[in-house]
Amino acid sequence: MTAFRRLILRDLRLAFRQGGDAAMVVGFFVLTVILFPFGVGPEPELLARIAAGIVWVTALLAALLSLERLFQADWEDGSLEALALMPLPLEAQVLAKCLAHWLVTGLPLSLVAPLLALLLHLEPAGYPVLVLSLLLGTPSLSLIGAVGAALSLGARRGGVLLSLLVLPLYIPVLIFGVAAIEARIGGFAARPHLLLLGALLAGALPLAPLAAAAALRQALD
Amino acid sequence: MHRFANPARFMRLSAAIMPWCAALAAVLLGLGLYLALFVAPPDYQQGEDVRIMFIHVPAAWMASFVYALMALASAVAIIWRHPLADIAAQSAAPLGAGFTLLCLVTGSLWGERMWGTWWVWDARLTSVLVLFFLYLGYIALVNAFDEPGRGARAGAILALVGVVNLPIIKFSVDWWNTLHQPASVFRLGGPTIAPSMLWPLLVMALGFMLFFAALLMVRMRTALIAAKVRALRLAEVERHAAAVLTPRQAALP
Repeated sequence: MTAFRRLILRDLRLAFRQGGDAAMVVGFFVLTVILFPFGVGPEPELLARIAAGIVWVTALLAALLSLERLFQADWEDGSLEALALMPLPLEAQVLAKCLAHWLVTGLPLSLVAPLLALLLHLEPAGYPVLVLSLLLGTPSLSLIGAVGAALSLGARRGGVLLSLLVLPLYIPVLIFGVAAIEARIGGFAARPHLLLLGALLAGALPLAPLAAAAALRQALD
Repeated sequence: MHRFANPARFMRLSAAIMPWCAALAAVLLGLGLYLALFVAPPDYQQGEDVRIMFIHVPAAWMASFVYALMALASAVAIIWRHPLADIAAQSAAPLGAGFTLLCLVTGSLWGERMWGTWWVWDARLTSVLVLFFLYLGYIALVNAFDEPGRGARAGAILALVGVVNLPIIKFSVDWWNTLHQPASVFRLGGPTIAPSMLWPLLVMALGFMLFFAALLMVRMRTALIAAKVRALRLAEVERHAAAVLTPRQAALP
């Protein structure tokens, strides 16, 4: 357990010392959301209608953007091989890395989202569900993304490849995340959609580290 | 199964089976098209448009079937490291992507006539589109590494991860309210489709299956021969390099 905690702390320290990955991701998130009022026009009714979708899609892209670095740096400088020799199973290490990744991307994104929703005139009823759905959904994004990041280690054009691998698998998370907010705004219960988001997370939590660890092992062969 | 994992045995067996498989596929597809276009009755609601079904439905079945086969081959490749299983999975992927595209295109044409729209974002259509992207991602991943073995191993893991999509495709019409109709052939209590349409459909499906099998064998044989050519070329280059570097040659004036 101490090894697990130390790995998280190491990744967090690296993230903060290397010039603020979190700030970059949040910056991308904010700027991209701001593009939409210019792209589709500033009418409040239109923006309110599509606010949930914009925030979710942009959060997803921002999370994707930072995934490439998840194992890349460790792989390049060889520390991944040293980590693989640790007594802590590789699956647990992947989980620790995902948790650290979520803490520097998913969590800040979820906290900034209401501010952006304000700019997009989201209905007031949607705010708590927006934050809740992002908090439940973004860990799944980090976990599923870890599989793609591990698979595309050392590939040519790794970044583009990573998005091609991961985006199709992100679709269910996006669907239920947006559906929860739309349901609440439309006067229906958001609970079923949030439960499905939770189910996706419960499924990804054990399965994604397994697949990502297998991918890391074959990358280290 | 391990008996057939031997590439040399596979080359002999497939050389014997492939022509028969291809010929039977041609006969069945010809017969199936004739039955579908001329013998099967027009639908009482859809009229002649229903004939798209005889391409669309077998293509959709093949799209899922080929992915399942690919995942199975990948599992075999990971567990027993049979090189033939890797080649099977890689050879099946473009074929499966082709069937998926055929399914999407024919479905779109059919949808325009029946639903009045080329595309709807309903669960069945979306999940098949995701399947198409999974195929493309697999093909891109396999070809993204300089060392071919690396791509094969990474692709095998991705193929297994993508299996989660197959039950979603199958049950999407039951779990969500969709425009797409629910299953009418493979269901408890027997098919609800009229026998006069079911038979041409089954002939077409069998034709598609044999067509796929024949193409898969051609592709696998090509891949094996290409690997052999690559190995021979490498050996030749090494021999050449060794000859250039021998001391006898270096001592020549």
